[in-house]
Parts: sequence; C-alpha cells; structure tokens
Amino acid sequence: MSDTLEQAIGQAQHRNALARIANLQVFWVFIAAVLACLALSFLTDAFATERNLFNVARNFAFVAIIAVGMTTVIASGGIDLSVGSTVVLSAMVISVLMEAGNPFWLAALAALGAALLVGLINGVLIAYAGMPAFVITLGMLSAARSAAMVLSNNKMIWEFGPDHDLLLWVGGGSTLGLPHPLYVLVALAIVMSIVFRWTRWGQYVFAIGSNEEAATLTGIAVKPIKVSIYMFSAFTAGVAGILMAGWLGSVTTNLGTAMELTVIAAAVIGGANLSGGEGTALGAVVGALLIEVIRNSLILLGISTFWQGMFIGTFIVVAVSFDRIRHASS
Amino acid sequence: MSRLKLSGISRSFGAIQALENVSIEIAPGEVMGLMGDNGAGKSTLVKIIAGNYRPTNGEIRLDDEPVEFHKPIDAQRRGIEIVHQNLALCDHLTAASNVFLGREPMRRFGPLKVIDYEKMRSTSARLFARLKSETRPRDHVRRMSGGQRQAVAIARTLLSDAKIVLLDEPTAAISVRQVAEVLDLIRQLRDHGIGVILISHRMPDIFAVSDTIAVLRRGSLVASKKAAESSPEEVTGLITGAIEHA
Repeated sequence: MSDTLEQAIGQAQHRNALARIANLQVFWVFIAAVLACLALSFLTDAFATERNLFNVARNFAFVAIIAVGMTTVIASGGIDLSVGSTVVLSAMVISVLMEAGNPFWLAALAALGAALLVGLINGVLIAYAGMPAFVITLGMLSAARSAAMVLSNNKMIWEFGPDHDLLLWVGGGSTLGLPHPLYVLVALAIVMSIVFRWTRWGQYVFAIGSNEEAATLTGIAVKPIKVSIYMFSAFTAGVAGILMAGWLGSVTTNLGTAMELTVIAAAVIGGANLSGGEGTALGAVVGALLIEVIRNSLILLGISTFWQGMFIGTFIVVAVSFDRIRHASS
Repeated sequence: MSRLKLSGISRSFGAIQALENVSIEIAPGEVMGLMGDNGAGKSTLVKIIAGNYRPTNGEIRLDDEPVEFHKPIDAQRRGIEIVHQNLALCDHLTAASNVFLGREPMRRFGPLKVIDYEKMRSTSARLFARLKSETRPRDHVRRMSGGQRQAVAIARTLLSDAKIVLLDEPTAAISVRQVAEVLDLIRQLRDHGIGVILISHRMPDIFAVSDTIAVLRRGSLVASKKAAESSPEEVTGLITGAIEHA
C-alpha cells in the first residue's frame, strides 16, 4: 500500500466536492426546478407574484411531507400505496371528532393515532407475515378510504365545532408570510435528514433496503424497524391529512385520491431508488417542488392541465434513466 | 481445552432431517476444514453455530461452557463471527458502515447520541491495513472488487474479540492473488488463538491451511480427522459416498 493510513481514511474514490454534487440526482432536479421558475418569471407576469409563490409553496408542501415518509419506505426497499387513503382517513377522523364538539388537540391526536394504526397494520403484515408491501398497501388503499366513508357516512364536513378557526389557521394560515404546511415540511425534512445520516435507525433503513438478508444476518432487528418505517410513512400522511382539512375548510371522502402516485413520483424524481438503499429527505422535497412547478406553469401558460400527467410521466422516466446512466458510467 | 465443541447436534425441518447427531471439536488456534456436497448440511450447521437456527437436539459448548443461542446477536456476543458466502454486505453503504453494521459506535452530540463516523473510519482503515487490503473506508461496497468485498467481510470479524471465525466459501469468487491473501489471513487468525472453521469446495485451499478436516454427507458427519493423515482423494471419496466412513 503506497499511501499512509491517514490518507486511506480520508480518501474516497470520488472525493472532489464538485464531482460529488454533480453526481447527485437531487442537484439536477433542483436545477431543473430553478430553470423552470426562471423561465416562468419571464414568460408570465403571474408566476413571480407573492400570491402565486405562496400557493406553490403551500400546495407542494402537502405532497412533499408525505414524500419524505415515502422516501423512507422506498429506501428500505418497500412501497406504500395507502398514503392517499391514510390522508382522507386522518382528515375524516379529525373532522368528525371536531364536528362533534371535541377540541382540536384531542381530535388531531386521534387522527394521528388512526394514521399510525394504518401504518402498524401495514408494517406488521409486511414484516411479520412476510407479505409483499405492494399487495398489503394496495389492500390498505381500498380499506382505509372505505373506513373514512363509513366514519363520515360519505358526507362532506365543513363545520369543525368550537375549534373551527384554529383548524383553519393551522392548515390554511400563515406566519411571517409563509404558509404553515411549509413550516411543518421544513422541520420534517431537517429532522429526517439528520435521522437518516446520524442515527442507527436511519442507517438501518438503508441497510435493509440495500440487502435485507445482510441486515438480518448482522443482527439488526429488521422486523420492528420495518414496522416503524410504515408507521412513519402513515404518520406523514396523517399530518398532511390534518393540514389539508384545515386548508380546504371542508373534507370529502375523495380527498387524497391518487395522491400516492404523485407522492411516489416526487420521491423517485428526487432520487429514491425503487429497488431500495437510496433516497434523501431533500430529494423528496425537491421532487415534489418540481412537480408543483410543472403543474403551476401549465396553468399559468394556459396549457390544458390534461398535459400535466405527460410532463410528470416524462420526468419520472428521465429521472430513472439518469440514475441508470450514472450507475453505468461509475 | 476446546474452543468450540458440538455434541450430538441434530436439526430437522418438518420431515426433513438436515443434520443428524453431528459432533465436532475445535481447539484454540486450530483450523478446521468443513467439507460436503451441496445439501450435505454445511449451511445448516453454520447457521446453528451462528445462532440463526436452534438445534433440535444436542449441545454447544464454548470454552467448555454450555451455551444457547436464540438470535445471531447472542452468538456474536459470545465471540462467534461469521463470514457468509454471499458476504452479507450492503452495496449502498460505505466499507466502514458495513464493517460496523449492527454495532455502530455512538458519540454524544449535545443531548443526542449520533453515529461516530470518525471512529468507524479510523478503526476500519486500521483493520484493512492489517489485512494488507487496499480497501478504503469511505468507498461504497457497490464499486468494489470481489477481493475488496471479502476484505470488508473479514474485517468485520476482526472488530470484536472473536473466539471462533466461520468462513463460508471465502475463496469461491476471487482472484488467485486474493485467494493467497485470504489464506494468509486465516493463518493470522489461527496464530491469534482463534478457532477457524473453513467451509470450501476448493480442495487445495482446505489442505493449504486446515489442521483437521470434517466431512458431512446427507446430514451426518462421516469423517473428522487430521489433515496430515488424509488426502484430497480420500476426502473426495467421503464427500461423494464412494468411501463410507473414515
């Protein structure tokens, strides 16, 4: 060995900082989002207005919050298709309880409890019964929405009892000019970035996604960790459900329909690897941001929203093929 | 004194008898070559020693003390280290993270406890240097050669004070130069008083480093003798069944 021990410790094969950043999918997706924003600022007068930027920031926060949870699931080698239904279940639990006169905090805790229960059932069936995540969460997608319908008798709820204004403030209000969901998102993204990098739990999420058998063989408690991963994903959906109930001011049982697809798209565009082992909280945020910017730009440019799916679909394919090319060249 | 002693170990899976009445003994600083055809019960035996399976019958003694493993971590805590055939590495993690997987050192950071990456890097760099491997702690396992991956897996066993190291086909998929290095490493483990169990299909490797040779056939131990008193021809006969017993 030609170099000293200290050099070996410090050295990685790709140590150049610029090269490392350029190798990150998040970086390129972020550049794409920034370019789209710049182009829109020149093309339309409506984009760079305070009102529109506020709307973009709030709208993308809901998807991004759940995308952070989804990234965790995907990084562990799983998938959670039930998040859209968990959103409506959580929103419906808080609405029904608040309509019945319960205070906000109690109803919010119950909503989060319902979401965590969904995650617990998903996680236990996947980790302990060894069933495929795709199948279990597909079943839950159907079951959780049905539970929301049963709970509300499929009626719209727009009266939230004594704490009505508080709920609307939490989900739809703003502080210092920034919408509340954005604060939740920023806090969540920062906490999870730290957790992914600096805690054993975070390390094990990626170890399980990278090689579940290896993780088991080294004595990692794979099953409880998997349960906690699905519970975390459901928790993010539950939080988003509460915020969305407050933002919309009314809850119907079709809230969050097909949201899981947007969330998965955001996670994948942000660099989460569907075969496991890769993903970042920042990537989930940036992926969700790009999707919202595309959506917003189509509306502002007067292009039919029917084209939205085409653009997002193209971005998913481009993001994944970019990942392939990157791995093939290294 | 024996490092590891298995007496009358049996294990069945439903109607299938994977191991039947297997007894082996390994002294400190001894290398045992464990051979057998596919399905002879080698993997089951390894998993019993590693704590993945519990024997249906029989007793395991470590340093003359009866032990019972409920989980792999129990065996690991008692000083049994395994290098698995598929190496059990996580491709997306760095070499250092893989060496420490499942036992990451933590340090205090204010009120929080965080993973001590610095310690992981410096310790694993030292282990790689001891193995004369050019593996670097920060590199991702995904980009490594077969030999480097082997070094990572073996470095993991050196992390704790191992009494027994089990190597499952360590020389199956690596270059000739790396085979020599792995065999050197096995000798090094032996010189530190570690009992080594080497599972391999490669007869030259077994005879190069083993003190004793044990042969399994259809779940039963058909031979356990000094390597010097055996020969590749005899072992081949024992594995295939051409020789009934030795």
